[in-house]
Amino acid sequence: MNYHLATSFEEAARIAANAGGTTRFLAGGTDVLVQMRAGMVLPDDLIDLKAIPGTDAMTQLADGSWQIGVAVPGARLGANADLCRDWPGVVEGMELVGSTQVQGRATLTGNLCNGSPAADSVPGLVAAGATVVITGPEGSRELPVEEVPTGPGKTALNKGELISEIRLPARGDNAGDAYLRFTPRTEMDIAVVGCAVSLRLDGDKIVEARVSLGAVAPTVLLVAEAADAIIGTTLDDAALDALAAAASKAAKPISDKRGSAEYRIEIAGVLAKRAAKIAYGRAKGDNK
Amino acid sequence: MSKHHVTTTVNGDAVEFLADPRETLLDCLRDHVGLTGTKEGCGTGDCGACSVELDGTLVCSCLVLGVEANGKTVNTIEGMASGDALHPLQRKFIEHAALQCGFCTPGILVAAKALLDKNPDPTEEEVRYWLAGNLCRCTGYDKIIRAVMDAAAELREAA
Repeated sequence: MNYHLATSFEEAARIAANAGGTTRFLAGGTDVLVQMRAGMVLPDDLIDLKAIPGTDAMTQLADGSWQIGVAVPGARLGANADLCRDWPGVVEGMELVGSTQVQGRATLTGNLCNGSPAADSVPGLVAAGATVVITGPEGSRELPVEEVPTGPGKTALNKGELISEIRLPARGDNAGDAYLRFTPRTEMDIAVVGCAVSLRLDGDKIVEARVSLGAVAPTVLLVAEAADAIIGTTLDDAALDALAAAASKAAKPISDKRGSAEYRIEIAGVLAKRAAKIAYGRAKGDNK
Repeated sequence: MSKHHVTTTVNGDAVEFLADPRETLLDCLRDHVGLTGTKEGCGTGDCGACSVELDGTLVCSCLVLGVEANGKTVNTIEGMASGDALHPLQRKFIEHAALQCGFCTPGILVAAKALLDKNPDPTEEEVRYWLAGNLCRCTGYDKIIRAVMDAAAELREAA
């Protein structure tokens, strides 16, 4: 295995594009090293991205939007008070990934590129309307987060392409987000269902919303019908019931050791209701 | 397959070693640096037995490559006591019998110290969540939690 310490994304993309065998990019390494250890993936070329300037930076731009470097670990997201105030749902999703030790290394970008439908940080990014910048041999392009995973363990990245930045839009006023997952244990477990809601209010009325579900389909889903069920409402009981029905209808889960398909469909609706209530409260100024 | 020359600071000492790029930091600490206090449990980041601090951040050394430690600072269990004087956490683990086989103990001590450095007055719940990635198959955890809480109290009095 050749270990490369790239100093620019263009160099990393070039190395990957010219590599003949198996290539992996290394940031936090909490998935790559496990796959290497298990013998599932034995890279011929391992390209470490952490020497590239900016990969460990979190920057809020003048317009209020955020740029998050590909090597920023979860622990640093949670330690950034401004990011926690703007996007608490994104941060709480990432913080559910693994243990304290894993939080010291694991990244949003890695969680996204691992391609797990149950990735805890991805629904929050999707609900937030986050995008990724992709650098490749042909230049760079931007893609919405929901279009990155294409199936379990698969992404829309082509050979030689890698994510070089995550972008979160400006939060703006009267808005909130939240992520909830269901697991049998309270910690160190993988989501049976996950749900993120991001919304904006005008007075008491919801004027914008995005709803995302995890672990109920081959990829994390953006569910427009669930958002439509609460836009224009004050999140009254009828709106919550419509939201739950739309979320359950969108869920197309498998049955496995973590839960049956029927159970996941039911829980998708329950979590959507609860996450929407938290996001609504946060948009109203609740701190929790 | 070329080896990489790695320069690090381990427990305050400048350390150099040659690493195969496939070797983890855990492998390098144990096999090249000769520090065998850090244990390999699962090797996949689930058990926390290999916990060390890398540039002040708690990590599983089995999930870090040795080459990634180049230019960085590593703190291991061997750096915890001051000469013959045990760290209060180490003493409280003995007093509370917070270990049986002891295999998980170095990792738990390193993890608990990282918590108390950051938060000198944690609640029991905070200690339990912080240590959720450190598995112990002997104690049932209660004695470990009591030892950490007691050490935290002693450290606060001494501060």
